Amino acid sequence: MAATLPASPYDNKDQMERTTPLGQPPERRQRVAWADAAFAIAAHAAAWLTLALLAGIIASLFIGAWPAISEYGLGFLVSTDWDPVEDKYGGLVMIYGTLMTSFIALLIAVPVSFGIALFLTELSPGWLRRPLGVAIELLAAVPSIVYGMWGLMVFGPILATYVQQPMQAVFSGVPVLGSLVSGAPVGIGILSAGIILAIMVIPFIAAVMRDVFEVTPPMLKESAYGLGSTTWEVVFKVVLPYTKTGVVGGIMLGLGRALGETMAVTFVIGNFNQLNSLSLFEAANSITSAIANEFAEANPGLHQASLMYLGLILFLITFVVLACSKVLLARMKKGEGARS
Amino acid sequence: MSGSSSGSAGGGSLFGLDSARLAMHARRKRINSIALTLSLGAMAFGLFWLAWILIETIRLGIGGLSVAVFTEMTPPPQAEIGGLANAIAGSALMVGMATLLGTPIGVLCGIYLAEYGQRTWLGRITQFINDILLSAPSIVIGLFIYAVVVAQFKSFSGLAGVLALSLIVIPVVIRTTENMLALVPNTYREAAYALGTPKWKVIWSVTLKAARAGVVTGVLLALARIAGETAPLLFTALSNQFWTLKLTEPMASLPVTIFKFAMSPYENWRDLAWAGVFLITLGVLALNILARVLFRKKH
Repeated sequence: MAATLPASPYDNKDQMERTTPLGQPPERRQRVAWADAAFAIAAHAAAWLTLALLAGIIASLFIGAWPAISEYGLGFLVSTDWDPVEDKYGGLVMIYGTLMTSFIALLIAVPVSFGIALFLTELSPGWLRRPLGVAIELLAAVPSIVYGMWGLMVFGPILATYVQQPMQAVFSGVPVLGSLVSGAPVGIGILSAGIILAIMVIPFIAAVMRDVFEVTPPMLKESAYGLGSTTWEVVFKVVLPYTKTGVVGGIMLGLGRALGETMAVTFVIGNFNQLNSLSLFEAANSITSAIANEFAEANPGLHQASLMYLGLILFLITFVVLACSKVLLARMKKGEGARS
Repeated sequence: MSGSSSGSAGGGSLFGLDSARLAMHARRKRINSIALTLSLGAMAFGLFWLAWILIETIRLGIGGLSVAVFTEMTPPPQAEIGGLANAIAGSALMVGMATLLGTPIGVLCGIYLAEYGQRTWLGRITQFINDILLSAPSIVIGLFIYAVVVAQFKSFSGLAGVLALSLIVIPVVIRTTENMLALVPNTYREAAYALGTPKWKVIWSVTLKAARAGVVTGVLLALARIAGETAPLLFTALSNQFWTLKLTEPMASLPVTIFKFAMSPYENWRDLAWAGVFLITLGVLALNILARVLFRKKH
């Protein structure tokens, strides 16, 4: 700035003007004030736009789903009919598929993510921490369509040959377990979808767990080590209780992701509306894959409205789950501030 | 351990206790080593999937790659030659326009959150909602755009696809912009205010400039995210067999084409789908790594 100033301020007429205490302020200032207001308004508008977006999504889904809501009410949630020919719809099959695949995903992803976070915070040598962390994060960056394609063409057949067929051989005739693994060995169904979802949400849960483990005060951990605790005891009895809110928040985030994942599930779940067989290897359906497969060709009317209804249900479930996650993580952050 | 040494110093009568302590110590050590081995196993488990997916994508994708992929249009089933040229062009156009559309809004909202609304109710609610939109199911965004754009204009169009993708860009950019602006030391702002700089100029030429690398990182990550998005395009941009850059017509995109081709029984379509998967994975991972390198240089 100094370099651009003239040698003497009095050579410049503008500068003279600025020093006069009375009279109108220089014109430039007024224009600046206008720019300031405009900028503030633009920033506020952008924030309002985000809120409007959420309201718009809910409103448009509700309006779109209204024919189905008024026709079926909440009975939609417990009906297994899905018949575009007779125009009768119910969402239970898809809701079951979505919840079940997400449940399987969490069953696998939570312990694995915990292990990864434990490894990254306590075990890994310092120089490996960053590259390994980035590698796990890249797992989250791989587009879901790649997971879907890989799951359908590569993973599914392997799962069918090396897991389902041996299990069928072992459990054939056993009442409950036998029916859990029945079905043609093609590698599509609830289990494949659940496993692929698990791989997809591991990075999200692991990243949150790692971050909250890292904020545990070193003094707590050192005290436990000083009393002779093993690494496992420090993590399980000191770090985990200290960070449990954050850990649950991370799991909820993973759940939200798993519930709303579309393409990977659509590829491998089989898109078949049935609940007759509870087999984990039988083709099933989920909310997202029903919408992805049917919406573009759905006849406007009750079919489209029912898919919108499913979308609304999905959005409300994920909204609640993600809101819980956010609240828990925020509480974790607040507690950390208060304690340190 | 101190427990066992004091036990043995206490004499023979405590020998039983001592051995019990030793056993417990051994048990604790055993549990510890089992847990740590499992943790190592979990890490290997995660890396194993990444490696497997990448290797298969490269192995099957390289086979389908050829010059024709970039020069020919998407073929009918079982045709001899064919490529993905219209899908690649459509993807590039929609992703590019969605980024151009979403970035300014996202940056402005991020500025609002970091510089204007930190302690206000609007700021808190916006931040909360934005974090939810960040993880919201992308297919719902597709339904939303279908309802407000496609259903109103009675036609699928590239423009609807652009709008759907830009709605995914916005939360990502908001989040990174806000985080990066929050990292700029307050002394910068105070110094600028002390010179009599108006607020908009402080933000524009001081804080935003200081956070530039982070904001660019956010835009690159958003780009990487939408490049692979399929669900919001399925019933907004739909797909198109032919070359088009008109935003008012249905437009082909790489992910939707892959979806269509992969689910088909035709060999040539599946090969092209793998080639497409290879291109997308390569592009997305390259963008991610670029974003990280760029960000690390600055911080």
